[in-house]
Amino acid sequence: MSFLIPCPHCGARDVSEFVCQGEVTHRPVEPASFREVAEYLYFRRNVAGPQREWWYHRRGCQIWFLATRDTRTNVVTEVEMPLQFEKIP
Amino acid sequence: MSGAPGGGIASRLLPRKGEKIDRTSPISFLWSNKRIEAFRGDTIASALFAAGERVFSRSFKYHRPRGLYCCSGHCPNCMVQVGRTPNVRSCVEPVREGMVVKPQNVLGSLNRDLLEITDKVGGPFTPVGFYYRTMIHPRRAWPLYERVLRNVAGLGRIDKLARRAGRFDMEHRHVEVLVVGGGRSGIAAAEDAAGSGRQVLLIDELGVGDGLHIPGVEVIAPARAIGIYEGKLVPVDAGNILYRIRAERIVVATGAMEQPLLFPGNDLPGVMLPMGVRRLINDWSLKPGDVAVVIGAGSESLAVADDLTGAGVRVADVVDLRSRMPKLFARGSKGRLVAVGIDGDEQECDLLVASGGRQPNYSLLAQAGAVIEYDPARGIFVPTVLPDGIEAVGSVAGEMRRGAVPAATLTGTGGADKSFVCICEDVTEKDMKRAIAEGFEGIELAKRYTTVTMGPCQGKFCHLPCIRMYAKQTTTDEATIGTTTARPPWSPVSLGVLAGRGIEPTEKTAIHHRHLAMGATMMWAGSWLRPHSYGDAEAEVKAVHNALGLIDVSTLGKLLVIGPDAAVFLERMYPNKFADLKTGRIRYGVLATDGARIFDDGTIGRLSENVFYVTTTSTGAETVLEWFEWWNAIWQLDIEIFNVTGALAALNVAGPRVRELMPRLADLDVSNESFKYLDLKQAQVAGVMCILLRIGFVGELGYEIHFPSPFGEYMWDKILEVGADLGIRPFGVEAQRVLRLEKMHILAGQDTDSESNVVEAGMPWIVKWDKDDFVGKWSLEEVQRRGLKAKLVGFQMAEHSIPPEGGQIVLDGNPIGRVTSCRWSEEVDKVIGMAWVPTALAEEGAALSIKVNGSLEVATVTLKPFFDADGRRLRS
Repeated sequence: MSFLIPCPHCGARDVSEFVCQGEVTHRPVEPASFREVAEYLYFRRNVAGPQREWWYHRRGCQIWFLATRDTRTNVVTEVEMPLQFEKIP
Repeated sequence: MSGAPGGGIASRLLPRKGEKIDRTSPISFLWSNKRIEAFRGDTIASALFAAGERVFSRSFKYHRPRGLYCCSGHCPNCMVQVGRTPNVRSCVEPVREGMVVKPQNVLGSLNRDLLEITDKVGGPFTPVGFYYRTMIHPRRAWPLYERVLRNVAGLGRIDKLARRAGRFDMEHRHVEVLVVGGGRSGIAAAEDAAGSGRQVLLIDELGVGDGLHIPGVEVIAPARAIGIYEGKLVPVDAGNILYRIRAERIVVATGAMEQPLLFPGNDLPGVMLPMGVRRLINDWSLKPGDVAVVIGAGSESLAVADDLTGAGVRVADVVDLRSRMPKLFARGSKGRLVAVGIDGDEQECDLLVASGGRQPNYSLLAQAGAVIEYDPARGIFVPTVLPDGIEAVGSVAGEMRRGAVPAATLTGTGGADKSFVCICEDVTEKDMKRAIAEGFEGIELAKRYTTVTMGPCQGKFCHLPCIRMYAKQTTTDEATIGTTTARPPWSPVSLGVLAGRGIEPTEKTAIHHRHLAMGATMMWAGSWLRPHSYGDAEAEVKAVHNALGLIDVSTLGKLLVIGPDAAVFLERMYPNKFADLKTGRIRYGVLATDGARIFDDGTIGRLSENVFYVTTTSTGAETVLEWFEWWNAIWQLDIEIFNVTGALAALNVAGPRVRELMPRLADLDVSNESFKYLDLKQAQVAGVMCILLRIGFVGELGYEIHFPSPFGEYMWDKILEVGADLGIRPFGVEAQRVLRLEKMHILAGQDTDSESNVVEAGMPWIVKWDKDDFVGKWSLEEVQRRGLKAKLVGFQMAEHSIPPEGGQIVLDGNPIGRVTSCRWSEEVDKVIGMAWVPTALAEEGAALSIKVNGSLEVATVTLKPFFDADGRRLRS
């Protein structure tokens, strides 16, 4: 892995500055069934193609953001701040 | 023909125009304890050649003598040991005054290598893959075989005592245009790009002498591109600096390389490539031989005959492979070339310049994702489709009159000697044929089986010949056989360059120098340096129990969680409740994932309605900060999180006499009524505004004092000074570990691992099941539902032996649990510890047998703390 990621704050930076938290998942809401919880914990879509992921700019501005990355080419097509992700009212 | 210093025996020519040596600056060095005279501008190899040396190394497997071949830093033939560094290519390594150079892979001397016997008799016993086949019988003899093989395998010897040979650094560069290769095409491309105002960097692997100067272009030389990685990242090895260059555009101008011919005896000292001969003559004014035969395909290769004549070498024969394809062999005597057989006629000579034409060096392009295809008309593999932002110019793009002659690498017949496909790994034509016969028909399989292309030249001189051989043997063609996958490194690189300088950060607390001054032994705790002890850990434990102890706990992670939603947020992060935590109170909390796996713990104190002060483990600050920030990126609650780990120092002062100490430092009522266990207060201590936490990690009545880091040494000195008559003593991590173990306080990461959850770790009281939700809740419920499999318990040993951390707990000969912590406790007068045991054994008084130094020892399970089980001292 040696591609560049455009951080929403800092611009294009080396991937080694970032941490990837994997594909975006959605946490079930109570009451959650056993199956929902198990899927949330252990199942991933693992797509070969564009995937929405969590990234953290650990060696930079230290923000979490969402990036859409093609898992086959590592081309990042979109980054966004998670402004309304799963906002708790 | 010169007898001047550095002239050696008749090898150095009279001064020539364009030579790269400076005959006015002599340099001398040691070669096998022999003093060698050289000139500035010489490489080790040119100086040795001038001194009459012709054998430079012994080959990998058969220990055949090998001489200079490419003289361009690619082939393995000239590798030597320089000082403590093995595998130095002497043909490109400049001479330095006093350097100590030794031959390698030799038992005896270069001219009499005892292991040469493998060449003479080893043939039938050491065919390709012999170690997989011959040496497995009898099976019990393998350890012996292995020892012998280990001894003879590999090239060069690593000096186990050697320190790094110099300082290595890494530098990140960003440029608009990177040109790899400083030949004609590379320079033209660089000038072109610079002319149109682009920022250009050019790297070249040779650059010996006065180097390259191109207006408007930065040149790094000698430097080698190791590969092209994703994101157009090019690591460049410049000796002691690894440049990580990222370019918008990469121009590859790596040229083409002359290819060897396959014929018996093609590895004899005296057989050379034209490029090697040209460098000997033109760069270092050396006479490469007396009588030469030149065999090549095309005017470029054959033109070397003119260079030879100019250097006074008699050219006995020139064979143009375009007009005839003779049957060739080379005959050697005493490890030197003495004759060449051409269609059965022997010609005496001591130099055979043989080239099968030029193959583009496409490896970097292939690594970048270029499509490589065979061009049958020119007999070469060429890049056809290039990825965006990558260009190829010059010979590497196939822009040359001729490539390698298709049949030219297959001229070998006649003669009894071995014909080498790969001189690095000593793979012969016979080995390759055998591999095919055994069914290794694909080139990738053959590569792995025979190790062809896997030696130090990385396939530069064996890839094409071996594909041709395969095509011929399998009666297919080169296009069908295809190429092997191109991978970095394109040129060999030392581990030092890759490792770079150790730049792991070291964190030191504000009180670090006081610890050193007091004679502390320091230890690592993550990236922190902490005092292990001040010389006597047992006495330090005693001081805490009987009087007073002071420990620097500045390494604790410290976070402020601030905002109207702070309590809501923390309730979701921890299994505890926080909404009902009163201002000025503290709760212990354990952080776990949604899979309920514990990863950190600490205390959470409420400073005010909307402000919480969270501490983490010493190594956990960053992890916890990231974790908090991530969850809040998801939930978007109205909070802010600040990491104040470095801003605040912290001291823990504990022991029965601490209530005598505190009034001397602070105008604060520390009675048990007004400053209860798990209370948090803000007050001035020794004139500094502090946060005080009454917690008891070490089991005695004590206070954690958190304050701005700049006051670290002041506060440390003040407390020790004020407490001197009370018997205060600084204590380190070792004493703290004993103290907390007596209380069975867990260390997250030591007593827990990625399998541990709070319930099984013996802290179900932390979990507030009635909360709507918290991270890890569902998984904990599942743990409860399924029943606990194991529990973290305390144990005490019957005898005095101390099980190792990680030691096994055994039942009926099977491991059923493991020890996580263990220490001798003077206070308990026993060896105590903590261990994971099956739930059935997690009963007070249950007997355990624990493996200690190979034998089983008896221990009993203890569920309550070993010391102050009811917490009377802690809460008093």
